[in-house]
Amino acid sequence: MAEIISVDNLSFGYPDGQPALSGVSLAVHRGETVALIGPNGAGKSTLLLHFNGILHSDGAVRVLGKAINDKNLKWVRGRVGLVFQNPDDQLFSPTVFDDIAFGPLNMGYDEAQVREVVARALEWVGMGGYEKRSPHHLSLGEKKRIAIATVLAMNPEVLVIDEPTSNLDPGSKWSLIELLKGLEITKVIASHDLELVEALCPRAIILDGGKVVADGNTRHLLADERLLAAHGLARRKPAG
Amino acid sequence: MKHSFLDQYSEGNSLIHRLDPRTKLITTLFFILVVVLTPVSQWQAFALYFVLVATLIIISRVPVLYVLKRSLVIIPFVVMIAIFIPFFKEGEVAGSYNIWLWQLTVTHSGIQVLLNILAKAWLSILSLILLTATTRFSQLLRGMEQLRLPRVMVMIMSFMYRYIFVLVDEVMRMKQARDSRNLGGGRLRQIRTVGNMVGTLFIRSYERGERVYAAMMARGFDGQTRTLGNPVFGQRDFFFAMTLGLILVLAIVLNLWYL
Repeated sequence: MAEIISVDNLSFGYPDGQPALSGVSLAVHRGETVALIGPNGAGKSTLLLHFNGILHSDGAVRVLGKAINDKNLKWVRGRVGLVFQNPDDQLFSPTVFDDIAFGPLNMGYDEAQVREVVARALEWVGMGGYEKRSPHHLSLGEKKRIAIATVLAMNPEVLVIDEPTSNLDPGSKWSLIELLKGLEITKVIASHDLELVEALCPRAIILDGGKVVADGNTRHLLADERLLAAHGLARRKPAG
Repeated sequence: MKHSFLDQYSEGNSLIHRLDPRTKLITTLFFILVVVLTPVSQWQAFALYFVLVATLIIISRVPVLYVLKRSLVIIPFVVMIAIFIPFFKEGEVAGSYNIWLWQLTVTHSGIQVLLNILAKAWLSILSLILLTATTRFSQLLRGMEQLRLPRVMVMIMSFMYRYIFVLVDEVMRMKQARDSRNLGGGRLRQIRTVGNMVGTLFIRSYERGERVYAAMMARGFDGQTRTLGNPVFGQRDFFFAMTLGLILVLAIVLNLWYL
């Protein structure tokens, strides 16, 4: 299987000296849906920001075999579609159309292509006909779908999503899970919503304290109560 | 939260709504320019301007009461700036008052100037309300872009429009959080709380700015803004701009004539 993203011994500290990632190694293959789970502050979002070069990695992260550097950033960002956790950060244009067209325009598509991919991306997320709406008039569930569409419109090789279901009501959450399930694309999903992980991702990587502590079959990992409890992921109150 | 206070009636379908945003922007600016440059003494001209803007508002079918209410917002600002004029302008004295050590005199021409400034400000704001009420904000931005306004300015306004609602929500949540914990305390303490809230809001906005920028970069942003093709300047726009332009030019000519 082709490796779409590979990370080799990545370490990262924030400017204030706080270490965020230490010695992370992992690989994401074509067609996989991988969950990245871990407690709050484990470094999940930081790791995601390395996948498309927003945070620099000095060659520790490779996309389709190429190390990310300053020259291929644009190419990388077209391959790795990153959906941010808060759609109010992701959607910054006055209309839904402008927002979805933003990526394709930056990629240099011409007008006809842009209109086509915008319409297609909206269909994919089940939001056809929302082109002229303003993002601030949408519900959170709708905003999350549009945020995904903004990235799908760039036709990426891999969809990287940070906490897709945070703050959603159960109805919106499950319809979003169904939507993600239907998208035939490699996915990396960072979340601590274990229901989502179980429903979507055959493979899971547990991250805690900036380190990969487990990587393997989701069912096996989620059955290991001791492992989950040790990393703040236990679903039940500890006995006693 | 739902907000729509800025371009609430922009989904209408009147002649004014259907005009190209560029037409509306230019004619509005021209109208304001003419109004501002009209000499004080030409009160007939102001009546004409008022009839003009009122007609357009009626054609646009934006509720008159809404326009009037919003137009009042400008009055305090103008009064604050212009309130001293009647006291300083020289001319025929309308009234003289002794207050403690000061002697205040009010002149007729001073009052005239004050009223005139009020009238000009009010007419200008009426035309601006008409513009924003009949044009979707995104269209307005597109219009500005086509008129070659600097991209940075257009982007700033676009972000402002997008995030003002997010910020208003944030302020409201902070206020609610404060009120639920606010158990009295002195005036000074409350002021300090407000100061803290403003600071927090600033830091949050700053951090949001960084996240938004990251989201833009994630989609290939490289400092250049690109936009799609443009609505065409139609016959309707041409006639509207011509008619309005002619009326205003006529007003200018008449002003000069009677000066």
